[in-house]
Amino acid sequence: MLSRRQLLQYLTAGSAVAVAPTLAFADADTDARLVLIVLRGAADGLALAPPFGDPEYRSVRGELALAEPGVREGMFDLDGFFGLHPRLDALHGMFRSDEALIVHAVASPYRSRSHFDGQDVLENGGSSVGAERDGWLNRALPPLGGSIGNAAAIALAQNPPLVLRGAEAVNSWAPSRMDDADTSTIERLKMLYSEDSFFAERLESAIKSQNIASAMDGSSARVRSQDQFRSSMETAGRFLMADDGPRIAVLEAGGWDTHANQGAENGALANRLAALDGGLAALQATLGEVWRHTVVVMATEFGRTVRVNGTRGTDHGTGSAALLAGGALNGGAVLGRWPGLRERDLFAGRDLEPTTDTRSVFKGVLIEHLGLSEKYVEQQVFPGSTDAKPLRGLVRS
Amino acid sequence: MLLPLNKTVDKFTVIAVNRFGLGAKPGELHAVADDPRRWLKSQLRPSAAGNPPALRTPEVFAEVRALLRARREQAQSGEPESAAQNRSNNRNTYARTVRRHYLEQVGQRYRRAASTTAPFRERLVHFWSNHFAVSADKQPIPALAGLYEEEAIRPHVSGSFADLLIAAEQHPAMILYLDNQRSVGPNSPLGKRANRRSRERSFGLNENLAREILELHTLGVDGGYTQADVSRFAEVLTGWSIGGANDRGRFAEGTPGTFEFREAVHEPGAKSVLGKHYAENGLGQGEQVLRDLALHPSTARHLALKLSRHFVADEPSAAVVDRLAETYLRNDGQLVPVYEALIDAEESWESLQTKYKTPHDFVVSTYRAFDYVPDNNRSTAATLDLLGQAPWRPGSPAGWPDNAHDWGGADALYKRIEWSNTVARIAGNRSDPVALGDAALGSAFSQRSRRSVARAESRLQGTTLLLASPDFQRR
Repeated sequence: MLSRRQLLQYLTAGSAVAVAPTLAFADADTDARLVLIVLRGAADGLALAPPFGDPEYRSVRGELALAEPGVREGMFDLDGFFGLHPRLDALHGMFRSDEALIVHAVASPYRSRSHFDGQDVLENGGSSVGAERDGWLNRALPPLGGSIGNAAAIALAQNPPLVLRGAEAVNSWAPSRMDDADTSTIERLKMLYSEDSFFAERLESAIKSQNIASAMDGSSARVRSQDQFRSSMETAGRFLMADDGPRIAVLEAGGWDTHANQGAENGALANRLAALDGGLAALQATLGEVWRHTVVVMATEFGRTVRVNGTRGTDHGTGSAALLAGGALNGGAVLGRWPGLRERDLFAGRDLEPTTDTRSVFKGVLIEHLGLSEKYVEQQVFPGSTDAKPLRGLVRS
Repeated sequence: MLLPLNKTVDKFTVIAVNRFGLGAKPGELHAVADDPRRWLKSQLRPSAAGNPPALRTPEVFAEVRALLRARREQAQSGEPESAAQNRSNNRNTYARTVRRHYLEQVGQRYRRAASTTAPFRERLVHFWSNHFAVSADKQPIPALAGLYEEEAIRPHVSGSFADLLIAAEQHPAMILYLDNQRSVGPNSPLGKRANRRSRERSFGLNENLAREILELHTLGVDGGYTQADVSRFAEVLTGWSIGGANDRGRFAEGTPGTFEFREAVHEPGAKSVLGKHYAENGLGQGEQVLRDLALHPSTARHLALKLSRHFVADEPSAAVVDRLAETYLRNDGQLVPVYEALIDAEESWESLQTKYKTPHDFVVSTYRAFDYVPDNNRSTAATLDLLGQAPWRPGSPAGWPDNAHDWGGADALYKRIEWSNTVARIAGNRSDPVALGDAALGSAFSQRSRRSVARAESRLQGTTLLLASPDFQRR
């Protein structure tokens, strides 16, 4: 891992940041670990952290509204206004130990509704599609002093996602076997095949056999895809624990594009959340003592419509929530300005109005947790984004 | 990847590139859109040989045979305590060597398929190589199958079928695969001598090659031949062997790994095959039978059906089959006029997406869609094996089947989906699957699939959906 020794080497190397070492690394926790999870598909912030205290909540969410805190399968109460989805059990435990934060009503600067473009902006860190050719987390790496063969960051994927691509060498790792297509991809293929009986019949019978085969080893197809994420999180933990290993890990989790049958306490989205939660718990367990030095950031490209659509799901929206977890956090709070859910409060009359730039969250973590200087972050990592002020007070001092 | 939109990519272009060719590389649809038929025909001119393979059959055969001999000699020598160990070492060296040659040839084949600018011609090479299949599940075929395709098939795809037929049947890989080096005429000098000496160990005819030539390579199973024709033809073919078929003694003469006609085992005398009388003429007798078989009306129909099944549809109309057969006979078995008739046939252009891709088609067209030239031979071979079509290993001389129902297993589809997902993960989130689909499928990219890919929750998922879509799975 990146050691104080490497940090000193960096500081004495005379680079641009090193001329202001006190600014660059004031109070930096040099054992700091960062895990970024990109939630691909636009996760529904109102399901992750439902604002049950908002008088409009129940009426706008309709059948997607989660049961009140305290009732069976009800949401967890975070602060009397915001709740947490009932399947985020481990995250709730972290929140109660001041090791989790929610930042609500966040969005990148992207204001259209294409997943691909939205993820591009989330990851390039600029203000528009293609604004930067590389990823913001790669641009954050130089002060951390990694090197080829000793990269500061790793992607748990066959290829690093855009957020981690760029001039700095990074590592990547993925199990070499064939990947199971995840549940969401299979569901989409079912729809795509539905008008072509040759494909539809074969897929249906293949899924049946898959379910039987996985039932034989005591799991189900759904549980198996949860296990994949959990096992990636455990692997990430082991990389982060290794001597001379990376200190930053990036993972991706899909399945959030819940246009149909999203479900509330149970169902498709609840299962994704349970998988995410299981992964967090597994990471915490793997990291042991190192959890104390860790921040996990979970962010998505945009949110979903406030109201239910005609297929019991939600469509592409704007504001969502960012989740943070980890022993290094100054947690136990829901941050951000709540825009409200009345008709006139909504973005374009349909989406949660974003009040915090997702980059403000990223900046806060880079500055307070990884110890990068604010100047470096503003100039090199997120150029042209001075309106997005770094969120402060995220990390324990 | 984004090209001028003023050229329209019509149905004809898509069929030419994706069904006659090997699947569009980025830009290929636009490049041939002006005249797709001419583009196909231009690939039929006999071309310069390209890069000849670094190794040819005689060298590889000699290497493999030497390893076999070492294995046997070690087994026969003393040192009983270490003999088992030595045998196992030699066996491993032999297996490793064969496997190394196989993987090199697989790599060369798929690199060429992924990168060629004459993909119709390349598809014809694959088609004929499968028509005259040898299968790598019999030793030492894995070390020779790719060389066979280069040496016996490729040079003749634009020539006459008779030349292609003779080249295939005389290649050492075919002789060994169908055991013809073991076939001995009972009345040949060697046959008579051997049978006098030992009653039990009688040498005799092996009908394997003769039968498969009639049933699979020429007339077809209902082509009108009898068991007597098979037996007589097998006698005609006695003596068709390879140099160095044995290490020493009989069959050792000749250059190892080249075709060798052995007068000493050839059944002497005139023979009658399919009602025609063939005077004794040594090697020439067999070649004459093959030349006559090539021009037989049953052969014309058999080839016409296989070609139209491959290029038109699983169940081609009788009209197109008749026309191809007639063209074939009218041109004395020249292949180019037949390909041209196929290109000129209305039936070829009636509908898009008439064929379900084989795993081979799927993998090659995926490589091409990504403009990717595979550099890991092991992984190319493993992928095709996993998807159910290990290169040059159809398991029988009939070759791989060419119908959707033969490839349409549910688990096989699931494996294709899983591989699509694997490819998507390797490609990562960097390629735009909609643009990829447009460049690969043109007008065969249905609104339905395009919408599904565009609405995927990530580029990665979009890439999986594209590759697994019915549009990409058909040609």
